[in-house]
Amino acid sequence: MTESHGLFGAKGTGDTSGYGGLVQSRFNVLSASRPYGGYFDEMMDELERAYPTFNEDIERVVIDRGELTLYVKSERLFDVAQELRDNPAVRFELCLGVNGVHYPEDKERELHCVYPLLSMTFNRRIRLEVSVPDSHPHVPSLVELWAGNNWHERETFDMFGIVFDGHPGLTRILMPDDWIGHPQRKDYPLGGIPVEYKGATVPPPSERRSYR
Amino acid sequence: MSNYDPYASSRETTEGRVYSVTGNDWDSLVTEIGATKEERVVVNMGPQHPSTHGVLRLILELEGETVTEARAGIGYLHTGIEKNTEYRTWTQGVTFVTRMDYLAPIFNETAYCLGVEKLLGVTDEIPERASVIRVMMMEFNRISSHMVALGTGALELGALSPMIFAFREREKVLDIFEMVSGLRMNMAYVRPGGVSQDIPEGGIAKIRETVKELRHNFKDNAKILIGNTIWMKRTQGVGYLDLAGCITLGVTGPILRATGMPWDLRKSDPYCGYENYDFDVITNDGCDTYGRFLIKMDELEQSLRIIEQCCDKLEKLAGAPVVIEDKKLGSPADLKVGPDGMGNSKEHIAHIMGQSMEALIHHFKLSTEGFHVPAGQVYSKVESPRGETGVHLVSDGGTHPYRVHFREPSFNNLQSLAAMCEGSMIADVVAAVASIDPVMGGVDR
Repeated sequence: MTESHGLFGAKGTGDTSGYGGLVQSRFNVLSASRPYGGYFDEMMDELERAYPTFNEDIERVVIDRGELTLYVKSERLFDVAQELRDNPAVRFELCLGVNGVHYPEDKERELHCVYPLLSMTFNRRIRLEVSVPDSHPHVPSLVELWAGNNWHERETFDMFGIVFDGHPGLTRILMPDDWIGHPQRKDYPLGGIPVEYKGATVPPPSERRSYR
Repeated sequence: MSNYDPYASSRETTEGRVYSVTGNDWDSLVTEIGATKEERVVVNMGPQHPSTHGVLRLILELEGETVTEARAGIGYLHTGIEKNTEYRTWTQGVTFVTRMDYLAPIFNETAYCLGVEKLLGVTDEIPERASVIRVMMMEFNRISSHMVALGTGALELGALSPMIFAFREREKVLDIFEMVSGLRMNMAYVRPGGVSQDIPEGGIAKIRETVKELRHNFKDNAKILIGNTIWMKRTQGVGYLDLAGCITLGVTGPILRATGMPWDLRKSDPYCGYENYDFDVITNDGCDTYGRFLIKMDELEQSLRIIEQCCDKLEKLAGAPVVIEDKKLGSPADLKVGPDGMGNSKEHIAHIMGQSMEALIHHFKLSTEGFHVPAGQVYSKVESPRGETGVHLVSDGGTHPYRVHFREPSFNNLQSLAAMCEGSMIADVVAAVASIDPVMGGVDR
């Protein structure tokens, strides 16, 4: 996805308040190739050895700003994560939750889940990323591997509507139970709903001029 | 529900009989519940309750006074900070994230700024003086945060005097924050590229004096609780969580270190130059509330040690810049501001208003639109008073963040509540929650 507007990215009204909806999207992340450098090679060697279908399950490997990201096929996430946790040569014993990101332009891969993992034994970090289509937002739950992912997955469900299959109780956690919509999606406006006050209607913040 | 009376002492629902407790009605409640055959009672503790550390709702299933099941209900302080940052510039984001964990604002700011700097690829260009000031402010913040944790924790267990002394010490730290940044809390002091302003003249002397006072007072304060029989009985063996439990629940910080695991990001993965400071990682092998309490007490002294080393470094680095050289990033453009923290330097105003049209345009663009951050994603982390504060930042190359996510240690650690409390007495729930030290601003964001 590549999109750029003008010298300073301004379009439309040329609003200089800083909220002019300045668009300059470049998500073209290049896949890395061997040698990766640092401990990444050693770790990947070990994973490939221990896990025969590794190359099929990992869509691509990206190294950016010194951080390694494995893009995993969503249906294989649980097995890859289990291997990363249990393999004595890598030992990612700590999962630091999950975070969703919504890329509406990335067709059929709109919703991404990002898992930062930490190996305390080797003091290494790695990131797993899976993407699922908005029409079928199902990702296997990792609560069985790391109980601490429970609330993180509930939060990601709450904010993005990603369904974690196998989660023991996937309910909203931050928003009220009867809330409609998933606030962190890009098509969800900031502020959300217009508020009536003494007969007049105050538009949600995202529809007021300075936020557009 | 036409005859529903919210002030009735009890009513029938599909879930069973529900009792409303409004205060001063304990006797009638006990009589009423005592008349039923039901042994099991589900109690809603909070979200407005003095012992839950903020707007935390605990749902406790009780048999007598024993907790058979404990769950936490959160979300009462959700303010959508992460969503809001997507509508602001990268620099303005600092003002939002500082309000997440409001007892540890400097940690949120630093974690966020380290992430932005990593995205920009300027981590190595941050001036040393800025890093030293960040470290000093973080350690002061660790003290003020631990003071609230210890003070309110003791208060919740019925010990009133520690709270008075803890808040006295905290006040001294907040005075330092006010002197350095102009604000006592939520300072938005750390900015991408450095810090918003230098320490004022005579600041180091004041800091050294405060360190001396704090060290003296901490020794006194320790005597109030350590060895106190009631305190020991209320905290020892309470809220037990061992290493395996911590790892599977992703718990970090003092709770993890109370299992004997010396895990501290300041040592294991240093940032802001922590590798150049001499300090110890405090551990304890009690796995309980008392162990966590001792760790917090001992970490105060380590923080003071680091602050003293910061003072030495700052004296050597007098006059050095506190914001990145790159004029396209340092915001606002020139940070020689007055002690009130307002405005830019006279020279800078004279330059942009009288001498250089380009400088004026540049200042304007930087102040309104902000700077572009190359596309990509990073994860940055700092060791906050409660554990690993991780920030996942995604940029699409624009002047606003595409996604900001905080992995708040409070949010994560609060999950361990059930593991700590189930099977214990209801009074121990309060002690366990106090030892987890959740800050609801961080939990709910």
